[in-house]
Amino acid sequence: MVSAGTAEQLAVAQILRTIDAEDRGRLLAALATQLRDLDLAEDVLQEAMVRALETWASRGVPHNPRAWLLTVAKNQALDIIRSDAVKARRLASVPIEHQDTGGDHLDHAVRLGDELSSVNIPDERLGLFFTCSHSTLKEREKIALIMRFLAGLSTVEVAAAFLVDTRTMQQRIVRAKKRITTTGIPFGRPSTEQLRERLPGVLRVVYLIFTQGYTPTTGSAHSRTDLQEEAIALARLLVTLVPHETEARGLLSLLLLTASRAQARTDSAGVPVSLAEQDRRSWDSQLIAEGLSLALTAAGETEAGPYTVQATIAALHAEAATYSETDWEQILVLYGILSRLEPGPVVSLNRAVAMGKAKGPEAGLNALEELAAHPGLEDYRPFHIAHALTLNELGMPEQAGRAFRKALGCLGNDAESDYIETQIRDLLSGKALKRRSG
Amino acid sequence: MKYVLLLMGNAGDAECGADEGPDPSEFMAFDEEINAAGIVVGGFALEGPETGVRVSTRATETIVTSGPFAEGGEFVGGSYVIEVADIDEAIAWAKKSPGSTLGHIEIRPLADY
Repeated sequence: MVSAGTAEQLAVAQILRTIDAEDRGRLLAALATQLRDLDLAEDVLQEAMVRALETWASRGVPHNPRAWLLTVAKNQALDIIRSDAVKARRLASVPIEHQDTGGDHLDHAVRLGDELSSVNIPDERLGLFFTCSHSTLKEREKIALIMRFLAGLSTVEVAAAFLVDTRTMQQRIVRAKKRITTTGIPFGRPSTEQLRERLPGVLRVVYLIFTQGYTPTTGSAHSRTDLQEEAIALARLLVTLVPHETEARGLLSLLLLTASRAQARTDSAGVPVSLAEQDRRSWDSQLIAEGLSLALTAAGETEAGPYTVQATIAALHAEAATYSETDWEQILVLYGILSRLEPGPVVSLNRAVAMGKAKGPEAGLNALEELAAHPGLEDYRPFHIAHALTLNELGMPEQAGRAFRKALGCLGNDAESDYIETQIRDLLSGKALKRRSG
Repeated sequence: MKYVLLLMGNAGDAECGADEGPDPSEFMAFDEEINAAGIVVGGFALEGPETGVRVSTRATETIVTSGPFAEGGEFVGGSYVIEVADIDEAIAWAKKSPGSTLGHIEIRPLADY
């Protein structure tokens, strides 16, 4: 923040960096909710940080620095609104009063900051989650906004995480913020009814962020931990904001249990390793422990939905000491439940694979071939891989080879392509295929 | 915020009052309800698209054409201009409108100049 300065300035800069890292999301959410304007909230928070740097070094750090920042930012916003007719009209109904500063603007804010304890700063992040995942926004806009304003990443960091250039990401965020304003997307806490209706949409954005980190559909890396970590942090935040929501805990559990296998999912060369062949000792036992305990409680609740069911499936994998000890019967039942809750081609595919494990490869092949004509699976790489592996298991290497070649023709990342090419070479050279599935 | 609810129809669709379409009485009931809510600040209902007259001026020439126009597609049947707190309220009203069952409702925020 400052390259050189007095000891006081350096100390203040350090405090501000800590606040920025820990509480930026919360401060921003409080301001955006009151001002109903994300842009303005960002600008005035930045301005308040700059003023803090100047003021705190000479006058001392207020007892409650966060409340000081909020008050100064809010006053700054009101000054801007007053001088901008369009903003003023739009924000005419904003229920905030200018803190009359009398003589000294900042002194008053310091006093006010002293009076407010940090628990009095309302936590509006849940409302901001809902604003940023509103159904009128495009999916990529929702993801960008949540990464920027709730995960607290800079535009440069968000761009890097999604492998797009900074300018593109900057434009995307600007457009999304503009859409919130012009469309009139509401700010503020959701009602009980809205929470029930829209929480799935919010959870989905977090899930999408995670899956983009888990299996990028393009590019060379098979897994991007930074996105996974951000998604887990967001899910954790949601659990603290709505601790009673089963599906929020179900999602966190699912992400933790999936992430616990991150190390084992690729070998040292970055080639994916199937669930069957993963070294279970390299699974992260701490993530598993937390994920399991969350899954256990969530699974017993009446509100358990698709994320909780998926977490329970992941929990069964995590609990199996070896691949062959996996409780496939139970997993098959759970995929049956999941396909009723959230029918879709990928769920059907997973259910067919579980069928093969629980009831034998013939049953699995039948289930898979029933799905072959599904438009959602025709060009879906994991379907053709599963098909190939089942065919090979049944001693049909020629058909298996054809299925692998179909898989190669589908969209996927380079590491997967390498894996498939190796399998085809092994088949051609008559080498027995290593068992793989999942 | 002010929004326009544009009641969109499709040229190929059933006429209002025909068997599949919503009954005119449903439109009347909706009209009564939305007006009673005190949020309507304007709006209009239009005669069918075949009664339309198109005017376009290109270079020195002005072309005036009368319907019915050969091409089908979407047309505006009517509108409400409403003043509500946010897009969620506008969406809730659009959902209630019988116009959303056969055609669709396009919600557009009024530009603020």
